[in-house]
Amino acid sequence: MQKIIELKNLTKSFDGEVVLDHINLDIYDHEFLTLLGPSGCGKTTILRLIGGFETADEGDVIFLGERINDVPPHKRQVNTVFQKYALFPHLNVYENVAFPLREKKVPKSEIDARVKEMLQLVTLTGFEKRNVTRLSGGQQQRVAIARALISHPRVLLLDEPLSALDLKLRKDMQTELKRIQQATGITFVFVTHDQEEALSMSDTIVVISGGRIQQIGTPIDIYNEPVNAFVADFIGESNIVDGIMLSDCHVRMAGHTFDCLDAGFDQNEPVDVVIRPEDVDIVPPEKGMLRGVVTGVTFMGVHYEIIVDIAGFKWMIQTTDFVDVDEHIGIRLEPDAIHIMKKSEFSGMFGDYSSFSNELDELSNAESEGEE
Amino acid sequence: MNRKARGDSIAAVQRAALAPYTVWAVVFIVVPLFFIAYYAFTDDSFRFTTANIVRFFTTTSEVVTEKGIPREVRTYLLIFARSLKLAVISTILCLLLGYPFAYLISRAGARAQKTMITLVMVPMWMNFLIRTYAWMTLLQDTGLINSFLGMLHLPALHMIGTEGAVVVGMVYDYLPYMILPIYSVMAKMDEKLIEAAHDLGCSSSGVLRRVVVPLSMPGVVSGITMVLVPSISTFYISQKLGNGKFYLIGDAIESQYTANNLHFAAAIAFIFMIVLLAAMALMRKLTGRRVYEGGM
Amino acid sequence: MRTSMFSRLWTVIIFIYLFAPIAILIVFSFNAAKSLSVFSAPSLKWYRELFRDDVTLASLKNTLLLAVSASIVSTVMGTAAAVGINKLRRRWLAAALDTVTNIPMVNPDIITGISLMLMFVFVGRLFGLATSLSFWTMLLAHITFCLPYVILQVLPKLRQMDPALPEAAMDLGCTPLRAFFKAELPEIMPGVITGMIMAFTLSLDDFVISYFTQGNGFQTLPIRIYNMTKKTVTPKMYALATIIFFVILTLLLITNLIGDEDGAKRRRSKKRV
Repeated sequence: MQKIIELKNLTKSFDGEVVLDHINLDIYDHEFLTLLGPSGCGKTTILRLIGGFETADEGDVIFLGERINDVPPHKRQVNTVFQKYALFPHLNVYENVAFPLREKKVPKSEIDARVKEMLQLVTLTGFEKRNVTRLSGGQQQRVAIARALISHPRVLLLDEPLSALDLKLRKDMQTELKRIQQATGITFVFVTHDQEEALSMSDTIVVISGGRIQQIGTPIDIYNEPVNAFVADFIGESNIVDGIMLSDCHVRMAGHTFDCLDAGFDQNEPVDVVIRPEDVDIVPPEKGMLRGVVTGVTFMGVHYEIIVDIAGFKWMIQTTDFVDVDEHIGIRLEPDAIHIMKKSEFSGMFGDYSSFSNELDELSNAESEGEE
Repeated sequence: MNRKARGDSIAAVQRAALAPYTVWAVVFIVVPLFFIAYYAFTDDSFRFTTANIVRFFTTTSEVVTEKGIPREVRTYLLIFARSLKLAVISTILCLLLGYPFAYLISRAGARAQKTMITLVMVPMWMNFLIRTYAWMTLLQDTGLINSFLGMLHLPALHMIGTEGAVVVGMVYDYLPYMILPIYSVMAKMDEKLIEAAHDLGCSSSGVLRRVVVPLSMPGVVSGITMVLVPSISTFYISQKLGNGKFYLIGDAIESQYTANNLHFAAAIAFIFMIVLLAAMALMRKLTGRRVYEGGM
Repeated sequence: MRTSMFSRLWTVIIFIYLFAPIAILIVFSFNAAKSLSVFSAPSLKWYRELFRDDVTLASLKNTLLLAVSASIVSTVMGTAAAVGINKLRRRWLAAALDTVTNIPMVNPDIITGISLMLMFVFVGRLFGLATSLSFWTMLLAHITFCLPYVILQVLPKLRQMDPALPEAAMDLGCTPLRAFFKAELPEIMPGVITGMIMAFTLSLDDFVISYFTQGNGFQTLPIRIYNMTKKTVTPKMYALATIIFFVILTLLLITNLIGDEDGAKRRRSKKRV
């Protein structure tokens, strides 16, 4: 497959703060690639560098083999769908979609045909004369997409386009976008902080934090084999426990030795062990590999979310069986439920379920420190 | 290898857009201020001298007090003091009249508010000279007010040519400039804050005192600035309503200009500017706000 | 505070205070007699005299010429400046421009007038000109004091605008300049127009600065009025004032209407996104 965009050593700072730190990324033609990460991680900046709205301090943006760092946005074969759609309020739907063609002085008959074609693609046929400010969020969204696609760009950049829509509409639009991408074959570079969205739509996911790429892979790879604690925690829920690799396929944690499937670590190397909450089996205490006390039970509809204190560490388990608070339980883990990661700068920051967010963590830490 | 084409680069277009104004601002706003200083400290042959400044502080003239006793006073210092006094009185009156007025408007219905504020702005658009002149005819010994009093068989008031007349004129001219900023701040005040104050137990007057007044301070400061500065420097009002008896700073500068004593006029203006700057700096320190804030 | 008797009374009193002189002005402009304090009979005599007064008509023409030129130049330069300021990244420059722009608004007119006059006189001498002051110096002065107000009107509109709009235009093929005209300008147009009207009325009404920068016999209306009030005044001047009043009132109403429409449009678009 052909590489359509290559980012080499891309570095960018704002006001002295480094936002992108030597980013290296290859984007392939026809793929749906998602840049995923929390707010402020730099994903939008990467998008803007590709679009031409920012210039990199260091590094190169390469498009089909050519360096385009100094090429202004209106000359790039890349179009953007902005977060708040950026539709021109003084133009109706037709004129908005036709905008790029009018710039190129395309003859009217051709504009008519192509606008019609685009509106059909985004299922907005008949909306030509409508006032864009009176459209719903989803409809504005689709006009923005039509407008961005009408000049047949090689790459479409989407900056969190679905974040303003409500849940059900968002799910529908996700399917729509995927369909459009596959129908047109255009490379989509999609930015979001919603990991479910990323997992459901992408061919390739790029997980970013603190201006650095943490992992690149298919959704299944990223979910099943996260490379560090950050990725493991950001995608889905994970229990991340300290462990020691005794030898290949054998890891010791919380006082018990488990069989697992990962190898290639040094003997007795300290590692991060990832166990997904849905992969934990609850058994009577005497039959369990590990034992613990239930400290919290929340009914989530689809399943129960159970917080268990095992050897001082709070685990989260998702199960359809009900367990009561203060109950003693045992847990069993199949070998393929255990995923081993090397220790990284993110170790110890995630995976403990005494709270769900970092913010609450900081608050309670501050309190307990004050008491001492 | 990749030269940025001129019209293409976003930054280049921005620079081009801002350049004319930046040059203009420096040449026509900043530089002229230096010219005041330049003229103030030079004589007719443009040699450096402090004579003008000295003249400001040392010129004396004779003044006859009410008791008929002649007294020697420092002319220009007296003028300065008088301008300040009248300006402060006018500003305080504007505040006393305007603040409640602004508050009342801001409590009215939306449509009424719009109408009333437009009405407040109307006098501002009537030529300032003519408005002042109209007051003169009102306040004349044979003017309308005295005719009115005459109809009621009340004794006539001598108003024209008194400091009071000048104050009345100033307050009239500048009242809208006090009302508008205060109203603007009050109108933007979040209704929820007042509701919260009531909810937490404040009476109507309590809400006024503890919520509305503190929050309206930026508007008040704005209003004071917009009234005090013009009222110190006016020259027409004092000429017409003071019957030429009360020389203010503006009059002083103007008469020196008419007499072609540009250097001395500049000296007066320079000293006035310094005092103004000092006052602004003081205000900034006291209120913690940048007075040069405007709407930017 | 409900609308009590007191507050209504207060409001009425203040409005009387504000409008009394204006009402008197307008009424007396129709006075048949020459007096400004005793009204005898209604008459259009002064309006007729006004239209026969060549000097005043000439000054009116001058004033309009000056106001139109000043407002056009200051609107174009000011809008460009606002666009540039809005995108400025270097904070020291933005702060410096902010201060400098505020100077003409906060400074007393007399200081602005004197400072410009001194500079013009000096430069005139430098070039050995016979007269330093003329229509041109007045024009330069008027543009100078109009600029901050234009910027003040346009800049907030720029800040309210979605910054993605011009970016979208560039993204879709416009050069930065075309992107401004096709995406930004339509959005900020109400601010530009309001700014231009403001500049126009400021120039129309200015006295002090014009007084100090005038020369070569070029008289504006306010200066003419000033000269007229030095001598005995007849209701003719009141007629003049009444006309000016209604012109500016109309402009004010137009500005309000534009502001209303713009506000309504913004409220609509905010509900949607």
